[in-house]
Amino acid sequence: MREGFAAFQATNKSASWVKSPKPGAHFTIRAFRPQPPHLLPPRRRHFAAGRFVEPVGNSPTMDSSSAAGARLPPSRAGSRLCVRCGERKAALKRPKTLEQICRECFYVVFEDEIHQTIVDNTLFKAGERVAIGASGGKDSTVLAYVLSELNRRHNYGLDLFLLSVDEGITGYRDDSLETVKRNEIQYGLPLKIVSYKDLYGWTMDDIVKAIGLKNNCTFCGVFRRQALDRGAALLKADKIVTGHNADDIAETVLLNILRGDIARLSRCTFITTGEDGPIPRCKPFKYTYEKEIVMYAYFKKLDYFSTECIYSPNAYRGFAREFIKDLERMRPRAILDIIKSGENFRISTTTRMPEQGTCDRCGYISSQKLCKACVLLDGLNRGLPKLGIGRTKAGPGTDGDAKQRSKGSERNTLSLQGKHGSFDF
Amino acid sequence: MALRQLPPITPGLEETLYPGTDSLPSGPLAMHLTLEFGGGLELLLENSTKVHKVEVPLKDGEGKVPMKGLLSWVKANLIKERPEMFVKGDSVRPGVLVLINDCDWELCGGLDAELVEKDVVVFISTLHGG
Repeated sequence: MREGFAAFQATNKSASWVKSPKPGAHFTIRAFRPQPPHLLPPRRRHFAAGRFVEPVGNSPTMDSSSAAGARLPPSRAGSRLCVRCGERKAALKRPKTLEQICRECFYVVFEDEIHQTIVDNTLFKAGERVAIGASGGKDSTVLAYVLSELNRRHNYGLDLFLLSVDEGITGYRDDSLETVKRNEIQYGLPLKIVSYKDLYGWTMDDIVKAIGLKNNCTFCGVFRRQALDRGAALLKADKIVTGHNADDIAETVLLNILRGDIARLSRCTFITTGEDGPIPRCKPFKYTYEKEIVMYAYFKKLDYFSTECIYSPNAYRGFAREFIKDLERMRPRAILDIIKSGENFRISTTTRMPEQGTCDRCGYISSQKLCKACVLLDGLNRGLPKLGIGRTKAGPGTDGDAKQRSKGSERNTLSLQGKHGSFDF
Repeated sequence: MALRQLPPITPGLEETLYPGTDSLPSGPLAMHLTLEFGGGLELLLENSTKVHKVEVPLKDGEGKVPMKGLLSWVKANLIKERPEMFVKGDSVRPGVLVLINDCDWELCGGLDAELVEKDVVVFISTLHGG
């Protein structure tokens, strides 16, 4: 009895000793490498985050070392010190871990997590040529910057390229391409631009003139996916990387559930897709929160373009996006949890999945005779732009089969869905 | 100049008599802030101007403006179109990041954060293209 009590006291003592503030202690290392982040026990992380905040926040060094540079923030009641270094003033609250960290530590954990994602999933092999799908927007700009940085720092041995698609949207893409051209110089990465006009003979402006504003995003999405592949082939690239972030993926999981698209639901959380095809694509930002990408771009003063596409109202995706953001505000982990749900989804073996072949006309991967791009293009050129939009029509007997096949043909557009989407409803 | 022609009034009474009028010196009645809009939010403002140096009228005479008050002031005075892209309820729309003096507003108290003279507030939308 006595012994037991002494032991209890002893553990209690050591527990209170552990609580004394020790900046830079081992707890931060956990948060430092949260890959896969959603597997960390949440309580532990709260504890780690709160642990250093109170005691260190009262330390006299509070105002002396600010990393903010020119704009030195006045000390206010909410001023806290970074939980990682314990020295500098915290600049943001990480949505993933709720930690409060300073700019410098943020750069380190942000870049390191992406490095860890790349290493853990063996996204690249040394000597590979990698095309970065670059739109000039925040995600691809940060991706190009971080990837060229990590390639140097960790000697990935990659040949990096910027690959942009010019959809031919006046007042939108022409402006964002200017950003990509500046990035080419800023990051020293060679840039290749492929255009819809060259590949298909149609610009998006032409297509919208022909079909109106209703299904234009379908054309754009299908064409863009092929355009990226063809551009990557011209660059002799081994891989394509895109800037899809955790928020995008959570949104896509949700949309695929809402549409009952089981085939896509099972694939949309894969970090690498198309490994059976000629050029696999991967998403190094799969676990990276949009908030952190934007914060990173802001703090680093990266040059990116942010205007909504003039042709994309895409209300359905918009609602899903807003829903995700509402959830994030209440519970930031919701985004990672949705991705986790998507990852752990299992399809029953009796579900019929489409088989993949190649397009009779252009040779592109397709589960039907003609690939979606050829069908759409056919419609445009024959003055029947509605061809290939909506559900495949088939006789009553073959209905189920046709639906399965039609879903398979949409498979190609999967991993390229931008925010503006490529959706068939 | 305009002030001299007014009848002498006791300090403190000024605000009750002439709230926010231009004829009075702006010192104690308004706060100078720099507001920056980015990530596409600038498109909601006149001429898509990103940086705005503004004077926000003070109500309580305490020399502080809460973020909540700034948001409604911005909505009423700066936003020219589609206010729903900027605010939702009494806060910013989810997905709009706010930084006060380059610090995440979630660390400064969010809506209750109190702004002081010469603060820099940045609003960035994350909702536009990628």
